[in-house]
Amino acid sequence: MSTDKASTKPQKTATVENTEAAAAAVTAVDPRLLVREQGLAGYLDEFKRKMRAGELGSIPVVVGLIVICVVFQSLNSAFLSAENLSNITITMVGTGMISVGIVFVLLLGEIDLSVGSVSGAASALAAVLAVNQGWPEWLAVLAAIAGGAAFGALHGFFFAVLGAPAFAVTLAGLLFWLGFMLQTLGENGTINLDSDGLIGQLTTYHFSDIAAAYGLAAVVTAVFFLTGFLGNRRREAAGVPSRPMSDLVLRTVLLAVVSFAAAFMYNQYKGLPLATVIFLVFLVATDFLLRRTSYGRKVFALGGSVEASRRAGINVTAIRISVFAISGGFAAMGGLFLASKIASANQSAGAGDLLMNAIAAAVIGGTSLFGGRGRTWNALLGVMVIVSIQYGLQLESIAEPVKYMITAAVLLTTVVIDSVTRKTQKTAGRA
Amino acid sequence: MVHVSATPVLALRGVSKRFGAVQALTDVTLEIHAGEVVALVGDNGAGKSTLVKTIAGVHPIDEGVIEWEGRPVTVNKPHDAQNLGIATVYQDLALCDNIDVVGNLFLGREIKRRGVLDEVEMERRARDLLTTLSIRIPSVRIPIASLSGGQRQTVAIARSMLGEPKLVILDEPTAALGVEQTAQVLDLVERLRERGHAVILISHNMADVKAVADKVAVLRLGRNNGVFEVATTSQEEIISAITGATDNAVTRRAARTNGEVSK
Repeated sequence: MSTDKASTKPQKTATVENTEAAAAAVTAVDPRLLVREQGLAGYLDEFKRKMRAGELGSIPVVVGLIVICVVFQSLNSAFLSAENLSNITITMVGTGMISVGIVFVLLLGEIDLSVGSVSGAASALAAVLAVNQGWPEWLAVLAAIAGGAAFGALHGFFFAVLGAPAFAVTLAGLLFWLGFMLQTLGENGTINLDSDGLIGQLTTYHFSDIAAAYGLAAVVTAVFFLTGFLGNRRREAAGVPSRPMSDLVLRTVLLAVVSFAAAFMYNQYKGLPLATVIFLVFLVATDFLLRRTSYGRKVFALGGSVEASRRAGINVTAIRISVFAISGGFAAMGGLFLASKIASANQSAGAGDLLMNAIAAAVIGGTSLFGGRGRTWNALLGVMVIVSIQYGLQLESIAEPVKYMITAAVLLTTVVIDSVTRKTQKTAGRA
Repeated sequence: MVHVSATPVLALRGVSKRFGAVQALTDVTLEIHAGEVVALVGDNGAGKSTLVKTIAGVHPIDEGVIEWEGRPVTVNKPHDAQNLGIATVYQDLALCDNIDVVGNLFLGREIKRRGVLDEVEMERRARDLLTTLSIRIPSVRIPIASLSGGQRQTVAIARSMLGEPKLVILDEPTAALGVEQTAQVLDLVERLRERGHAVILISHNMADVKAVADKVAVLRLGRNNGVFEVATTSQEEIISAITGATDNAVTRRAARTNGEVSK
């Protein structure tokens, strides 16, 4: 979109804000500070303003999750049982990992259609190396992840260096890695994994000590509060506007409630699942990478304007290849979790609706299809929605065809919400 | 009038540039002093953009000399120009809509603390910079998409100031802007001059040129067609120099040399 067109609409609101700012400029340049200074009331005002401007963020997904819980719980009281919820959070890790990689690619405004096949190929690779070749499992796992990243980097090379559309390159990748997987698995078509081995334990191991889950919840809450608190102190010391204490406390309390409730729920069943811990670690790490490092800033910049990024001295080719490598690497990790769930690598791995679910999860969670907007936490929320629906329908013994249709309806609803909020945001000058 | 240094910051002497069969620049001479705004005007295809790109290091020159603060230099890459202290703000804004003002100002040269983005320091410096340049925007933490065209242009110019350049080249900074927004940008150009930067301003708008420039250098068909003091020159004289309907020392001399060659 040309800057002229984009700038015509937002002008009105911008000038309104500008006059406000001009009036306030004597004391502070930043009107946000003035709003925030009123404490909790100001925070609520800000929240209302955001709602009106269409900055919904994760709210539609959270509301959607609550609706899903209420509906399925009323249909079958087993839905909110510790066992069911625990299983949902383990099952979602495979698709969720793939979806994290998809968020990276979507941030560039591109798409990676090969992730399903790459996940299948990686699980086949790990199984062949570990079972047929007798490699130690940890080495086979590392090789599979490195393989996935290399496959992704190869897609990135064709896209970034040779200039082929990512859509077409990864479509070719989808077919190629599917063939590669079938070839690797050989005639038998299925390789059973040792369910007590590293890959097998990925989705079956639970930290049965109740202290583990509560401890993790406590650590997460404490770290969140401390980083926020120290950040605020630094901002105040540097004389730049900071969030009010009430805001931080409110967020911390919300996080504490959610994480301790989750810990309580896990302890009612088998304890904290290893898969969930690994997934959370990767979510925190990727979120940090995207929002706190200059690498992440470059990824967002490329999603905003390729030309501007190039002029700012960003190595566009290198960033593009690295993002596709990350996507491939996460697809491989997702493939290992999916293989662990069925304790085998087989010919149907990475097939069916896996690719669509991974992309849908990223989009449902709130990642923009147009590039430049999104967080890896979106993948967590989105995949929770998709897997919850699958489990809920399974409890109701609703057949596969209906599941597809319902998941499709959810995806469509999200995309429509995204488009409508984008429109609102444009008129509010925030698109 | 603002103080003008004796040695020009940048001097072009007899610069020529060819693209295949096209002679884009022929024997062009230009001098810019610190604290001086030189408007570069000319018709479409007169060679304004080519001239700017040779200074910015996008197109290396074929003949002639570029002098920086009195000594000859070679500018073959954009990097060479940046190292000398030349900042260029191109016509199509080089900003990312989805990133906030602070992020855009520091794009490609982020300040880091222990390998992590130092948002606090960047925000503080961004606010300092915008205050020094009297740039008024709603917040430094809103995405560029929320700003008006004029505000975006001022952010783009502010960004070029981060490297403390000696010479700033503005390529049509007021094109496609409204009246109020143009005024904002022109104010900013004057502030650059007050702070002692040399400014080359490319513009089609004579009113803008008359408002902020000290000198006007006219290009016509890739050649110099006069350098005018803005204060003592009428708009008509400049326009006739642009269109070629002019009769002055420079054109007469050019005509004479051409005539001698043809004899």
